[in-house]
Amino acid sequence: MNPVIELDGLGVTFGKRHILQDLRGTLGGRAIGLLGPNGAGKTTLIHTLLGFHPATEGTARIFGQDITTDAKRIRSLIGYMPERDSFIAKMSCVHFVRLMAELSGMPSDAALERAHESLFYVGLGEARYRTLDTYSLGMKQLAKLAQAIVHGPKLIILDEPTNGLDPPTRLRMIRLIREIRDSGEARIMLSSHLLRDVEECCDEILVLKDGRIAANCNLEEERKANRKFIELEMRGDNRAFADAVGRLGCEYAFTNERRLKLVLPEGVEISDLYRIAAEREVQIRRLNYKRDSLEDIFLKAMEGDATAATATTATTGGNGNGSL
Amino acid sequence: MAVYEHGYKPYAGSLTPEWSRFLILPRHAYRDTFRSKFFVAFFAVCYIYPLVAAILIYLHHNVNAIAMMQIDVRELVPINASFFHYFTTTQCSLGFFLTVLIGPPLVSRDLANNALPLYLSRPFTRKEYVVGKMSVIAILVSLITWVPGLLLFLLQAYLEGAGWLGSNLRIAGAIFLSSVVWIVVLAILSLSVSAWLKWRVVASGALLGILFIPSAFGAIINELFRTRIGNLISIGAIMNSLWRGLFGLFERQSGYMEGTRNGRMISVTFSEPPLWSSWLMLALICAFFVLLLMRKVRAYEVVK
Repeated sequence: MNPVIELDGLGVTFGKRHILQDLRGTLGGRAIGLLGPNGAGKTTLIHTLLGFHPATEGTARIFGQDITTDAKRIRSLIGYMPERDSFIAKMSCVHFVRLMAELSGMPSDAALERAHESLFYVGLGEARYRTLDTYSLGMKQLAKLAQAIVHGPKLIILDEPTNGLDPPTRLRMIRLIREIRDSGEARIMLSSHLLRDVEECCDEILVLKDGRIAANCNLEEERKANRKFIELEMRGDNRAFADAVGRLGCEYAFTNERRLKLVLPEGVEISDLYRIAAEREVQIRRLNYKRDSLEDIFLKAMEGDATAATATTATTGGNGNGSL
Repeated sequence: MAVYEHGYKPYAGSLTPEWSRFLILPRHAYRDTFRSKFFVAFFAVCYIYPLVAAILIYLHHNVNAIAMMQIDVRELVPINASFFHYFTTTQCSLGFFLTVLIGPPLVSRDLANNALPLYLSRPFTRKEYVVGKMSVIAILVSLITWVPGLLLFLLQAYLEGAGWLGSNLRIAGAIFLSSVVWIVVLAILSLSVSAWLKWRVVASGALLGILFIPSAFGAIINELFRTRIGNLISIGAIMNSLWRGLFGLFERQSGYMEGTRNGRMISVTFSEPPLWSSWLMLALICAFFVLLLMRKVRAYEVVK
């Protein structure tokens, strides 16, 4: 897949503070999740890619165009949904989205048509003639999404799109993001504190920590790499079963009396587990392939920074899977 | 794509030329501006003087009308540089009040609602944003200053003949330049004030203050120090000099004053600052306000 964003030693400094330092890597996923604790530099990276902040060192390329020299051309390929409330007061939503489409270069008539279409698409069709001041928070988020996609950009940058949304609106937002991703017509960059959102929408993640890249991985590949990680729920002589699988070369650990986590080494198959269980009259009530969750990946990236990791787990409400 | 075909699709149609996109801002701004009945009424009032001036020009060339009125309009109101100078300064003053009405919310509304990231995340630069917002003022003020001014000039030239046009071309240039300089000053001042002051009433008051308070200070300085240097801090006085200069009516006015100090008679001679100093001061004032404006017109403010 063609790279969407190439980071080439990108650095940003505000005064004497280094906000981003030596970011390197190539991001090519259909939907790229941008993760990191508060102050990691996620929003600064987005702003730098949009040309709001100048790069103080290195550069980045979006679809092969350099952000320092082709900023205007890059912005014509991007749709941006900012984190904070952003709208134009005393304007109806359809008028607002139309204005944004025109600023992206669309002729007035086409802009109006696309404004209607995108508002219907995000689910604001019935409310499109209301002024933005009267919208609820969820509606404003959807209006921001509509203005970001109205001109049909190739890359859509979403900064905390589910912030402050109630569960149904959040689900609607996630569904829209996934639909856009699956259409294959646009790439998505999603910055969020909510690991669940990123996990549901993204196939690649970039984790930032203190302005540096802490992890950059393809979620699908990462999950495939952990296929041999298994969680069992059993009834019977569990200890004897565990000793037997241990002799096969499996690493294992009990999470409670009835639950066992183990890693299958090369050459050991699931059928071997069933055989050992049958020999020892142990019932295997449940068998799950346990893959590394995004949270595991995120926490691994944050390793050495216990405070940040704890804070993130708290914000995500984590499903805290123990590891071996 | 019809509205019922919900699905994400890229746009494949034609695009507008980049140079013309700044004009999108005034087009959308006027929709709001002309909703105000007060504004529409004031805008209409601004055309009274051009109408009167057109009638005067017409009367100048209508022998029957002159005979009927038994007044020699040609002697009473000669159509010359002074006529057009007076017309331009009057219309420019009205342009100031028009700016006070429409200028204050132009940038402040976007800043208050954090709309700048939306503008600037598109192929639309800060300069285009500023030029677009300035053109909201420039187009409206042009419609009551140099546009009717040049139409009157052409009417006069048409009625008077080609000879008059040839020998008075400078007046046309002066009408245009005087108006344009004033429009640029007004646009810069009002956008800067709008960028720094959120409340419309306060911003309108500040605009009036910028024009009148330094003028008052200038007058005090002139009186206290027996000089005319105070004119250089008064935008009104500066513009007055420039307009006179452009219409070829500028003469450095000088004065002579006698008085006593410590019981001794003294005499002071003072004269108006030269024309170049007025241009220089105006450029400095504009540069200062442009700097103020550009500090605020950013997608996000960086705290260093």
